[in-house]
Amino acid sequence: MKIKALTAVAALMLSAPMAFAEADEDQLIINGDVAMISKTAAAPHLEGALSEVISGWHFRDNETQAMQLDDFDNPGMVFVDLARDAWATAEGTEGKSCASCHGEPEAMAGVKAVYPKWNETAGEVRTLQMQMNDCRTTRMGAEAWKTDAKEALNMEALMAVVSRGMPMNVAIDGPAAETWAKGKEIYYTRYGQLELSCANCHEQNYGNYIRSDHLSQGQIEAFPAYRLKDAALVGVQSRFKGCVRDTRAETFSPGSPEFIALELYVASRGNGLSVEGPSVRN
Amino acid sequence: MRLTALAAAAILVAGVANANPVAPTDVAYDDSGAVAESLTGVAGDAANGAKVMTDRGKGNCVACHAVTALSDAPFHGTVAPTLDGVGGVRSEAELRGIVANAKMTFEGSVMPPFYKTTGFTRPGDGYTGKAAPADLAPILTAQEIEDVVAFLATLKD
Repeated sequence: MKIKALTAVAALMLSAPMAFAEADEDQLIINGDVAMISKTAAAPHLEGALSEVISGWHFRDNETQAMQLDDFDNPGMVFVDLARDAWATAEGTEGKSCASCHGEPEAMAGVKAVYPKWNETAGEVRTLQMQMNDCRTTRMGAEAWKTDAKEALNMEALMAVVSRGMPMNVAIDGPAAETWAKGKEIYYTRYGQLELSCANCHEQNYGNYIRSDHLSQGQIEAFPAYRLKDAALVGVQSRFKGCVRDTRAETFSPGSPEFIALELYVASRGNGLSVEGPSVRN
Repeated sequence: MRLTALAAAAILVAGVANANPVAPTDVAYDDSGAVAESLTGVAGDAANGAKVMTDRGKGNCVACHAVTALSDAPFHGTVAPTLDGVGGVRSEAELRGIVANAKMTFEGSVMPPFYKTTGFTRPGDGYTGKAAPADLAPILTAQEIEDVVAFLATLKD
């Protein structure tokens, strides 16, 4: 951690409030072992928008960053343990658990990196939570989880851990293209009485401060995120809802077609960044 | 006696002006986005303007703009240019137009419109996330706009 450099930046900001606080140069290596791709060249579909994509980890302060460097310090990991138990627990009318069909959670390595994803049989783009619910209702005879319900976020965090370090690689062409285009349109629409789009803050102004809030690129490869403010895991679409609400807008609901499309689009903006969840953010 | 009569007249004028501020939909922007006429006819209160600019529930201008004269308020933003000296380079009419709806001056500006009630995409009811009421109020009142303009006009250097 570059305490000295940060102190220097702070001193600079006192005398020159317009100093631009870039993403920092720290390294995101988890447990001293798993090196994450937390900065990389932007995917070709971002040409003209971003040249480099950067994990939100680089925009957090050193204390928050440190919590994610070691799984024993990461408060999100307890929920991963809960999900490991749930993975092996039979539920529903068919008497099956996730493990009945999939074996160990590690068998799902790589899955998180390609979601949201087009499902040919259903003829729709599905988030990972939607796909988990399909398993629950169709194969297990269990109740679907609500979008971003605790159980769903715990399981999504486990799916993130078994894919940790793998680069995001969400498909945006073929049958997913229509949903992706819809998500892109939403990303650039200026909503609410404040007339703010996702892009106004997270593309045009990442690195800048809105009061004490250091704006990131709004990447989602690190979700579910353990948010210190909420002392809980937070899902992507719940975070979207909070952001849209803060533009003084009528929000969309988690699970809505709009947020599914937006999740696909925003996930694709992080293509190339490592799956990082559960991350720690403030 | 005279003083009392004057005070009464002043109250009457203020009362009339406040009762009939220019509506958000009737603001007259010129070609460059400036608004020459006061929205209320009542001189702005610079001290209150400073309060509006730092109040998170009102203007919260310092969320994006740094202002040395408001350095008592913590955490000024870096999203937008500093407002130091803006009163020396912008006329009151220009400042009024920018605060009321900056997009009339700067096309595509990120700055939210503070005196506008129509033409939004999915307007909400404050920060509740719910749909806006039919009679959506502007973020700032006409007099608060005048107060902010009065404060900005004092920022000469």
